[in-house]
Amino acid sequence: MFKLILKNAFRHRMRTLLTIVGLAISILAFGLLRTAVSAWYTGVEASSQTRLITRNAVSLVFALPLSYKEKILGIPGVTGISYAYWFGGTYIDMKNFFPQFAVEPESYLDLHPEYALTEKEKEDFLKQRNSCVVGAALVRKHGWKLGDTVRLTGTIFAGDWDLVIRGVYHGSGQFTDENQMLLHWQYVDETMQRVMPEMSGYVGWYMVRIAGPDDAARVSAAIDSRFENSLAETKTETERAFNMSFISMLSAIITALRLISVVIVAIMLLVLANTMTMTARERIPEYAVLKAVGFRAQRLSALIIGESVLIAIAGGLVGILSLFPTCAAFSQFVAKNLSGFFPVFRLAYSTIGMATAITIVVGIVAGLFPTFRVARMKTADGLRHIG
Amino acid sequence: MTKAIVDLQNVSKIYRRDGKKVSALDGITFSIPDGEFVALMGPSGSGKTTLLNLIAGIDKPDSGKVLVAETDMGSLSESRLAGWRARHVGFVFQFYNLIPVLSAFENVEMPLMLTRLSKQQRREHVRAALEVVGLIDRMHHKPRQLSGGQEQRVAIARAIVSDPTIILADEPTGDLDKDSANEILTLLERLNSEFKKTIIMVTHDPHAAEKAHVVHHVDKGLLSD
Amino acid sequence: MKIPIIYNWRSILARPLTTILTVLGIALVVFVFAAVLMLANGLKKTLVGTGEETNAIVLRKGADSEISSIVTRDQYNILKTLPEVAVTADGTPLVAGELVVVNNIPRRADDGLSNVMVRGVSKESLLMRSKVRLVKGTMWRPGLSEIIAGSSVSRRFQGCGMGESVKMGGREWVVVGIFEADGTGFESELWGDVEQFMDAFERPIFSSVTMHMKDPSRFEEMKTRIENDPRLTVSFQREREFYEKQSQSLGLFIRVLGLTITIIFSFAAMTGAVITMYSAVANRSAEIGTLRALGFRRRSILASFLVECILISLLGGMLGLALASLLQFISISTTNFQSFAELAFGFSLSSRIAVNSLLFAVIMGIIGGMAPAVRASRMRVATALRAA
Repeated sequence: MFKLILKNAFRHRMRTLLTIVGLAISILAFGLLRTAVSAWYTGVEASSQTRLITRNAVSLVFALPLSYKEKILGIPGVTGISYAYWFGGTYIDMKNFFPQFAVEPESYLDLHPEYALTEKEKEDFLKQRNSCVVGAALVRKHGWKLGDTVRLTGTIFAGDWDLVIRGVYHGSGQFTDENQMLLHWQYVDETMQRVMPEMSGYVGWYMVRIAGPDDAARVSAAIDSRFENSLAETKTETERAFNMSFISMLSAIITALRLISVVIVAIMLLVLANTMTMTARERIPEYAVLKAVGFRAQRLSALIIGESVLIAIAGGLVGILSLFPTCAAFSQFVAKNLSGFFPVFRLAYSTIGMATAITIVVGIVAGLFPTFRVARMKTADGLRHIG
Repeated sequence: MTKAIVDLQNVSKIYRRDGKKVSALDGITFSIPDGEFVALMGPSGSGKTTLLNLIAGIDKPDSGKVLVAETDMGSLSESRLAGWRARHVGFVFQFYNLIPVLSAFENVEMPLMLTRLSKQQRREHVRAALEVVGLIDRMHHKPRQLSGGQEQRVAIARAIVSDPTIILADEPTGDLDKDSANEILTLLERLNSEFKKTIIMVTHDPHAAEKAHVVHHVDKGLLSD
Repeated sequence: MKIPIIYNWRSILARPLTTILTVLGIALVVFVFAAVLMLANGLKKTLVGTGEETNAIVLRKGADSEISSIVTRDQYNILKTLPEVAVTADGTPLVAGELVVVNNIPRRADDGLSNVMVRGVSKESLLMRSKVRLVKGTMWRPGLSEIIAGSSVSRRFQGCGMGESVKMGGREWVVVGIFEADGTGFESELWGDVEQFMDAFERPIFSSVTMHMKDPSRFEEMKTRIENDPRLTVSFQREREFYEKQSQSLGLFIRVLGLTITIIFSFAAMTGAVITMYSAVANRSAEIGTLRALGFRRRSILASFLVECILISLLGGMLGLALASLLQFISISTTNFQSFAELAFGFSLSSRIAVNSLLFAVIMGIIGGMAPAVRASRMRVATALRAA
């Protein structure tokens, strides 16, 4: 029976091939969309559960005083602390956007073991006030080397800033963002003291290390209550929750992309249903003959649905196989042009799984259409049908 | 001597089937005078339809010359042939070949779309043609609403609407019952005697051939009489 | 074209199911295409509409948004005295210093936090922003912790409705009024008295200064003078331009992402059209042969089948566009990358978008229909006739 299905499918080679192409393209689009959406979530996956972020309760736009550092360290459960400020400078042009953080170097690197540097690089970075450490992806993108000077134009901190690259870090985890630059908070603060004193002495947020994930809730609450009713109230949460909040700000866009995935499935269904309907209509005389000869309606249905599923699977297979090189190519493109938006663009198993499931379901549903027609058809009518 | 409207000189046509060469026509020579009603008879595969195609300019000979209305068919390009056909040839097919989505009127009008006539003028010609075949009252019907005989009459109206030089009919009664067949043959006869149309009809029905003035027999690509 | 279109039209209707399926496929693609363009357009309209022709905005040099800009009181005082500034009947210069911060507030829909733009305004601000109108309640009273909320914020965020209150900078602010701004960006903001905000947030500086120009046509002169003034290290832009730039990043993102998706979809939908047309050509080979026999040229056949495919795709295009136009009843709220705050905007259909969508449909029809049309035109007449 399978042989019959196979032969039937390729009777109309051009049509079957075109259908497979249409389905493959749809699966490809589906896979790309899902991968794009999950790329946004990878930042969350990389986030630590043993690091907390303490920021101003009003919003990230407000800073916290440096004086909070000692106070936070004093809270039981806190095993380490560092701080950072979003520098937000422009490298030549807005489209070269990458994140820059002005940090307390020693403690920051201590709290972030996933930023792997050689001992020498670490030393050099710590020693030189106007130096910076950049991620390996950034170096690849801009062709920088150790010792190069990078000029940033500040948007929050006005003026031109020349920073010397003293280290290139590699992300030791699968999802670490290698598109970042770390510079000395001290360097920024010193300059601010001269130029705009009201902006000095502040940090953007604190990073607090705790012993284990179970301590998160308790320590967060403790920190926030310490600063309640003070001039700058805090909000503390795990790094993972903090990163999630950024994604949730884009929830409207993510919903839109998810809806679009549904549209893709609809298109797949239409293309395959169209083909199967055409095919079934042309074969009505044959089906009538088969019926007259004794084929039961169920077998006929199985033939039709079987063919539909076969074509669907063929299309799905081509689509899924082409996802791999496409995602890889996209990854390159993204790394070069959109690294600010998607730090990592990687194809996940769940996406492949969903694509496969959709393919099979579409195959069955598209085949149901003509099956009803054929099952209901009276043999005599079918034999008379001129097609 | 009336001039020959169709003149075939040593015409051959070869088809390739499964890699083997098959002669559909093998050095045929004959001519048809203007105003004649000719029947071409022969078993299937004898090449009579091929002959018709060559005369119509639908196909080109591999060797020899096909002259119709003193024009060498082999010398015309594809697109020229199309224009030539539109002006000089009227077709009648065995299965009527009417366009199913168009009404009788619209089907008959089709050849006129290739002319520069205005809509009004086209209308007049179509009505005239439909009058001749006696189907004026059915002009808005679609082919599926007509009987076989009626469809063929519409096809004949279409064949004469642009006043062609010759009418080519390929098994015009092949799919009709006896009464309808007679109607069609009578019509063709009338076109020939009353309207002076040259008619070349391919048929395997001896009864149909009776209506023609001249009968040529074609067998295995050769004229056999 | 010699072969009448009525032939194509009726042929399409003769196979209704196939036609519907193909038309739906194309309609979906055009729907997404139009929706994306409408969204980017809506974003732009909302933001550009926020600015006024007669206003100019001053920010710190190099700052690309109000959040990261600082203008001091001294600089503000200098700006107030500029001769190009319009003046009210009683001599007040129309210059408003504003403080803009962003506040994390939970959404009503899912309790998630989003950034809301909070703007401290002066009384001159209201004079310069003609679109802003109170639709409920009253303005804040001087010296009190009262604010007014834009209609979009009051709907979407907890504590921002009439009579509710929001905690900011250590104080509870009561919402005493709701305002609208013709669907522009301000409707996504909370407004209050700039002096109160400066006090509460401990920020004795402005984020931006907006001014009403006496003669907007002299903008370039003003710009040169102000940006070169050694006392001020500022940038001077038309308010409209500034807001338009604020939409660029998100707008570009929407367009690029959306159009990439649409183009990929279009290939899938086109295969549906190609399959349909190939089938049509195969089923109608007798008709094609007949037409050729009657004297219609190859290119007439080609044109005819191409037109048929275009008819199908146009139907799909119109359906898709009609569906997309329904989106105008929906509004979206998301974080604008550049301002780092929530902005509500909607889908805005323009005649340009409508034309482009239909054009897109036609192009899909041409590409999809070309190969089958060529096949139809290349059929050998004798062979085609034999198929009858």
